[in-house]
Parts: sequence; structure tokens; C-alpha cells
Amino acid sequence: MSGIRILVGTRKGAFVLTSDAKRKDWKVDGPHFAGWEIYHMKGSPVNPDRIYASQTSGWFGQIIQRSSDGGKTWETPGSSPDDLKGPDGMPKGESNMFVYDGIPGTHQWYDGTQHPWEFKRVWHLEPALDHADHVYAGVEDAALFESKDGGKTWKELSGLRQHDTGPRWQPGAGGMCLHTILIDPKNQKRIFVAISAAGAFRTDDGGKTWKPINKGLHSEFMPNPTAEVGHCVHRIAMHPSKPSTLFMQKHWDVMRSDDGGDSWREVSDNLPTDFGFPIDVHAHEPETIYVVPIKSDSEHYPLEGKLRVYRSRTGGNKWEELTKGLPQKDCYVNVLRDAMSVDSLDPCGVYFGTTGGQVYASRDSGDSWEPIVRDLPAVLSVEVQTLK
Amino acid sequence: MIRVVLPHHLRTLAKVGDEVRVDLNRSATVKSLLDALEDKYPMLRGTIREHGTLKRRPLVRFFACGEDISHESADAPLPDAIVKGDEPFFIMGAIAGG
Repeated sequence: MSGIRILVGTRKGAFVLTSDAKRKDWKVDGPHFAGWEIYHMKGSPVNPDRIYASQTSGWFGQIIQRSSDGGKTWETPGSSPDDLKGPDGMPKGESNMFVYDGIPGTHQWYDGTQHPWEFKRVWHLEPALDHADHVYAGVEDAALFESKDGGKTWKELSGLRQHDTGPRWQPGAGGMCLHTILIDPKNQKRIFVAISAAGAFRTDDGGKTWKPINKGLHSEFMPNPTAEVGHCVHRIAMHPSKPSTLFMQKHWDVMRSDDGGDSWREVSDNLPTDFGFPIDVHAHEPETIYVVPIKSDSEHYPLEGKLRVYRSRTGGNKWEELTKGLPQKDCYVNVLRDAMSVDSLDPCGVYFGTTGGQVYASRDSGDSWEPIVRDLPAVLSVEVQTLK
Repeated sequence: MIRVVLPHHLRTLAKVGDEVRVDLNRSATVKSLLDALEDKYPMLRGTIREHGTLKRRPLVRFFACGEDISHESADAPLPDAIVKGDEPFFIMGAIAGG
């Protein structure tokens, strides 16, 4: 029997929400890693019971956790007694060792001066499509790491950070984070990443070389609004059946590309505000997309205190507001960039978490919503697994 | 046998109780103690000291016999009371934020 498992990362721990395919009765399990910030958790498409989690603390730094039983139990990879008994010097306690390749160099700081690259945390974990032990990590300060041993050891794909434009990348308000990793299912050597505030980048050779793909983006806050890099891209989404079409929620503007990011055009049209963080695509309709408009970059909450998801069934431009079941007064939460996800049941389920600790679910592609939980810590990320 | 008291979040990470005990077969210093602690609990690597440089993380403090020794040399001998196990060595998270 199929079911749904939602992996919720919050400011104070991780929660696992589960339901059968009816999506009506939910079991809430957690907090795991109580008191720690869980920026992101995601399951492997190869083995859904293999889940990776990024656990961080301002005091104690970065931890990587891994589950092999769907989130019931967890371990820090490479630190189990079995690993320590390895005959040939099995890695020990290196699962949180994110060391930049070579001399890290500098990037642009908030005040325009150059600032050294410093690792702070893992924002996003993207399990690869080929093996459950293969996983990518997007980190702050922006870089991409890869593990091929289930998270025991990490190696930087340094061609990205060492791109000629690196010294011109700058942190957004949340830090200089690599927060989006999309793997082309038809060509796994093609990977898209997004960085705040540098922009979007693409590799076609598995991460050795990278190309900025920001043509068509326009960012008023930059001295040159159409510069090659420096754009504050908040999120990119892709439908697996149509990997050359990308949708982007930028700092301001919702954008679309139909050529793998080589060029972008704006599709914000009738949105009440085109500032926001998440964007996602319907599981079965590659031209149906979702955003959550936020008032502005200075006021990170919904317009008029009304929490509204907007859906376009035309790949952008024609947007309809979705409000049924969502608070329509006095609501001043935010929905962060990694906090929206979809399931692949029919009809498609859509889920998002808020900084107020609610996780909302729609069983009907967004037509109506109800909260699964209302009072979690601030939600940082939501990932949904559809279990067979 | 040296007794070490870890902060709450590192206890849950290492899955240990209030106090852990570490055997040292060499001179007892902050460095040798932390080396031994991390050998016994590898998941603590990088959480007390930075990987590579082995510098104390900025929001971590060390206390021995009621004294803050965070800024002492990591190679300085630990007090006898710590070495004999009469007093625990405290690793604490600094007070920061609300």
C-alpha cells in the first residue's frame, strides 16, 4: 500500500510526518536531533529508506545524519562501531568535514570588499539518481560537495567555486548559500545549482566545469542589473519529464527558461507581488507551477495578512490564487525556499511549511488546504516521499 | 581515567549520559584529552575543535577545577584533580542569544 512520508526540517529539530495514501490521518514523529537546526532532509530516489539530514548549530557546527530505515533511526556516517573496525582505515568522524579544495580565495562581502570563503553549514542535500550512497551537498559559503560513500567523506566539486566569477559572488540576507541542486534525469552529468546571491549555474560534465546561466535576469539592486552573476536566485524547479524547462523564483520576479537556463523570461504577470522564496512543479503536469508570494524583500510575510499559494497551469503568466483552508487574515509567516514539495499520487499533493511552524497539505493539487501540524518550530524545509 | 562533562547537544550526538570517561596513556593536556575523546566518540570531531586546524570553536569553552582554561595553551598540563578523576573536565557551550 502506498503512503506519504514528509521530512520536515525546523529550527529546533527534525520531524517525520507519515500517512497512508488517503492523506487524511497523519502521524507526527519527532523531534529528532532536538534543539539542533535541521536545514534539510531528503530521501534517496534509489532507496527511499535512505535519508540524509543536515544538522547544524552555531555552537557545534555541522553534522551529517543518515537513516537507513526511513527516519526511524539515525547515525553519523563513518562513526558507527562497524566502521571503526574497518581493516583498512575506514574514515572516522569525517562526515562533517567540508573542506574547500585548495586555497579558498575570496568573494564579495556585503560592503563590496573581498571576504574569505568560510564554510558555515550545509543548506541542501540532494541524493543522486544512480546510487543511494551518492549524494550532493550545497553549502554556505557557496560551494558544491559530493559524497560517494553514503556521507562518510565529502569532496568539493571545486570547478564551481573556482569559476572566474567567484570573487563577484556575494551573500544574500541569509548568507552566501548554495541552496538548490537539480539533476537532469535524462543526463545525470547535467546539474543545475542556484546560489544567493550569485545566480544559477549549470554543468554538463558532472561538475568539473560550470557556466553561469543568468541571461535574461534583471536585478535592480545590482550596479549592472543584467550582470553575468550577482543575482539573488531564491529557488529553481524542474519537472523530471521536461528537464530543459526550468522555473525560477528570484528575489523579485518569477522566471522561466526553455533552453536549460541559457535564457530566461519573466512569467510573473498577474501575481500580486513577485517576491517569494519557493517554487515547485506539479508531479503530473509539467506546466503547472506553484509559488507563495511574499510582500517584499523588506517585509517577509504575505500581502494583507492573507496566506495565498498561487498556481499557474500555463507554465507562468496566468496565475490563480489558492486560499481555501489557508488563513486569510492576520497571517504574517513566511515560507522558506526549501519548504515546499509535492507528492506523486493522483491527484498530486502539495505541501509547504511556514516559519510559524505550520505544515499545510493539499490533496487536490492546491484547490484546498489543511494543516497537518500547527505548532512546530519554524519550518526550514519540507521534502515529500511517495512510498510504493 | 579522566571524567568529561559534555554540553547537552553533544551528549545527544554521541549518545552518552551526563559524564564520559576517557583513558589517557600520555601526558594529560587539553589537546591529548580531546584527541582521546574524539577517538572514542568520532562523531564529536569538528564539533569542539575545527577540523584541520584543531582550533577551539568560538562558542565552546573549557573549564577545569572551576577555572576557565579556554584560552590556555592546549599543550599545558591539566590540573592533578582532573588527571586523577577527582574533578571532571567541563566542555560547555558559551552563553549566546536567548
